[in-house]
Amino acid sequence: MKITDVLVIGAGLAGERCAIEAAAAGHSVLILSLVPPRRSHSCAAQGGMQAALGNCVKAEGDNTDVHFLDTVRGSDWGADQEVARIFADNAPIAVRELAHFGVPWTRLRPGKNRYHIKGEQVEIDEPADKAGLIMHRDFGGTAKWRACYAAAGTGHATLYAVDSQVVRLGIDVLDRMEAIALIHDGERCHGAVVRCLRTGRLDTILARATVIATGGYGRIYGGYTSNAVINEGTGAALALDTGIVPLGNMEAVQFHPTGLWPAGILVTEGCRGDGGYLLNASGDRFLVELEPEKQELASRDVVSRHMMNEILAGRGVDSPNGPHLWLDLRHLGEEHLTTRLREIYEICHDFLGITPWQDLVPVRPTQHYSMGGVRVNKDGQAYGLSGLFAVGEAACWDMHGFNRLGGNSLAETIVAGRVVGMSIADFVARGGPGPEAALAVSALAEQEARITALASRPAGGRTLYQVRDEMGEIMMNRLGVFRTGDDIATAVTDLQRLLQEVSGMGLRSSSPGLNPELTYALRLPGMLKLALATALGALARKESRGAHHRIDYPQRNDAEWLNRTLARWHPGADAPDLSYEPVGLLDLPPGHRGYGASGYVDLPVTLDEYNQGVVSAQAAQGSLATIEPTGARLRPGAWRGAFSAPS
Amino acid sequence: MTQSTARKLKFEIFRYNPEDPASKPHMQTFELQETPFMSLFIALNKLREEQDPSLQFDFVCRSAVCGSCGMMVNGRPALACKTLTSQLESTIRLHPLPAFRLVGDLSVDTGSWFRGMTERVQGWIDEKAPFDPNAQEERMDDDLAQAIYERERCIECGCCVASCAVANTRPAFVAPAGLNRVARFMMDPRDRRKTGDWFEVFASDEGVFGCLGLMACQDVCPKELPLREVYAYLRRKALTGVLSRKAKPA
Repeated sequence: MKITDVLVIGAGLAGERCAIEAAAAGHSVLILSLVPPRRSHSCAAQGGMQAALGNCVKAEGDNTDVHFLDTVRGSDWGADQEVARIFADNAPIAVRELAHFGVPWTRLRPGKNRYHIKGEQVEIDEPADKAGLIMHRDFGGTAKWRACYAAAGTGHATLYAVDSQVVRLGIDVLDRMEAIALIHDGERCHGAVVRCLRTGRLDTILARATVIATGGYGRIYGGYTSNAVINEGTGAALALDTGIVPLGNMEAVQFHPTGLWPAGILVTEGCRGDGGYLLNASGDRFLVELEPEKQELASRDVVSRHMMNEILAGRGVDSPNGPHLWLDLRHLGEEHLTTRLREIYEICHDFLGITPWQDLVPVRPTQHYSMGGVRVNKDGQAYGLSGLFAVGEAACWDMHGFNRLGGNSLAETIVAGRVVGMSIADFVARGGPGPEAALAVSALAEQEARITALASRPAGGRTLYQVRDEMGEIMMNRLGVFRTGDDIATAVTDLQRLLQEVSGMGLRSSSPGLNPELTYALRLPGMLKLALATALGALARKESRGAHHRIDYPQRNDAEWLNRTLARWHPGADAPDLSYEPVGLLDLPPGHRGYGASGYVDLPVTLDEYNQGVVSAQAAQGSLATIEPTGARLRPGAWRGAFSAPS
Repeated sequence: MTQSTARKLKFEIFRYNPEDPASKPHMQTFELQETPFMSLFIALNKLREEQDPSLQFDFVCRSAVCGSCGMMVNGRPALACKTLTSQLESTIRLHPLPAFRLVGDLSVDTGSWFRGMTERVQGWIDEKAPFDPNAQEERMDDDLAQAIYERERCIECGCCVASCAVANTRPAFVAPAGLNRVARFMMDPRDRRKTGDWFEVFASDEGVFGCLGLMACQDVCPKELPLREVYAYLRRKALTGVLSRKAKPA
């Protein structure tokens, strides 16, 4: 048994930034990680981090108001607008803090710079008085160039800088350690039961505050994801298993337009930001006509839909693995591709044996980001369970709503890490009940019994991995870019069958120690539950919003669905329970995003009328008291007059 | 790239589970049908899923950026995820990286080694002033930012350490990745440390002067880091460090 003030589960950017904040306030902090911290999936983020510094010519006029507007429009109004405001206002601080931690951001070069914009090569004179400030590149769904970047290794450089601060502060990181259950009494969380991934031994860690920072759950899509193999939603499953804490908007799943085909490895949006095009089999830039305003740089949900339509219309490029489209980077040239997009050159070279300044890159939309996650309030406190927090991709905070903008997630990790870290420091400082040793003992016994039962079941039939593969096929085929009610209903039946099958499966290996098969057997039921929460949320949501696109309900419907899905899994139930809450206080009225479909069903009430019910409705769903009142950071109407603001 | 799909591959894999008292280090042979574009990531997962569920190895990103999957492929350190079987003979020998503590089979504890290295070389920015959240960022020339990024690209996979004759025989050696890390912070103007402050950690037999110049590190580095340049830079810095030390009054 170990005791700490703060237990952070997950050592990616969000978890580590949060840990730094709590440790700097003088609290003892312990971080758990499935892998050494610098191997966390944050390291794979490529193209950039959004922050409205407004440094280069194409960023002139940018500010936090424009960033706020872009983020809410990107979310298709599914975001909590106060959280989007907190985010946009703090993103510049986050990026500058990272410079302070040592991130070698690409800097502005004064004088003539050559860019590729909407298919044309242009020369722009960057002013001398901005020389050496942090440079921006263009990304999808933004009115201004805003993404700050370190070549195409932004996540790597950022994670190394943040982890170096963790080491400097002497924060303990237990790597190869997995939390397999939360310790709680129904009202307050007291830590976690953990399993060592070196020895297989179980232990308990008691904490005053426990933070879920385990990233996304893309691996419920099997191999059809850009996510790392560890992104199995372990943290979301921990929260769901409490039976109390809800997951928010699980049906909101992002598909990135340019996954390398067929490996699924990500090719950054920065490629299109820097001027790359998408081509169909005939070599046409189909997006020029479909999205005249933004072309390749509409939001990811919109571009992915256009790409899938192009493929479904038979204009994809045939390959033994199925049809794909082309990403054309040839005109960007060798120098650009080996400096500012260096990691893209390396991926093309290593995994396809191609040279991107000579060859076309095969791409197709792939699962990329989980907008859904553990539902928390603006302080990062989980609904319903005091002492439990969530941050980063694992959380539904919720600044992304139904579609995240490229570069906003990396910025979220640092902004939310700071904000939630401060709220945790405040929570721990206020005291409250101490560690509950008896609870830990019973929670440990429960997990020991679970493992004993697993090991005693007879092996035979299909393997865990075959079930996983079927789950991946179901999710990609029936809960992909396009969805229909019939398809989703079939998926629900199939996923329930798989959950049933897994609950009776035994292990073929009795290898002492880690036993990778046992490790996976402990995770797979949780993954199937997340898949079911995703499917049932998608089945119930009879509209199309952001990345959730129903062919049978193609319009966004603000009259009935301007809300957030909450999924709870009551103990012993065979499916999650769904309920709904308002998205949060509205400031920017729902409207057209400026790209994608233009029709939607209007909100039938005024913003004031909508806003009146928000606080009580969210409290009824378990939202705990926040440090500042709801709406304190919203600054209503501050965006009026900003570039691209509605008149 | 030529793709042979007719081959039956023979894997000879090092097995040892330190948690199992009955386990003894040995080589185990597996056979596997080769498929197009098969990487060692695909092959090892197939072996575990279809033939031996107890097989231990590490992958995370499977796109050569996280540094998890360094292993000895036919006696040479490499990232398994980006090693295609088509580049290899049909018999493939896999061992864990030497110089690191074994976790089991092909899995080694690079995490503890690199954390220890970071603590030892103090691999972080020792800032000149506290962070001011209201201030504009300090300016930096883009050429310098790119030069720092070049040193920053190390993914801590451990291939250089495993390939280094000195690191394998003298655990106290800072090793290639550690020397690169010193150089990365030494050249960063945001760091207030002077060359002399680094002296103990890099300018001794445990630092750059312990290097025998075999340069296997640069040959095996999956990110192609220019380590030769790094050592030349550190040797020059050691000299100026000595001179600046002597110049200081006693």
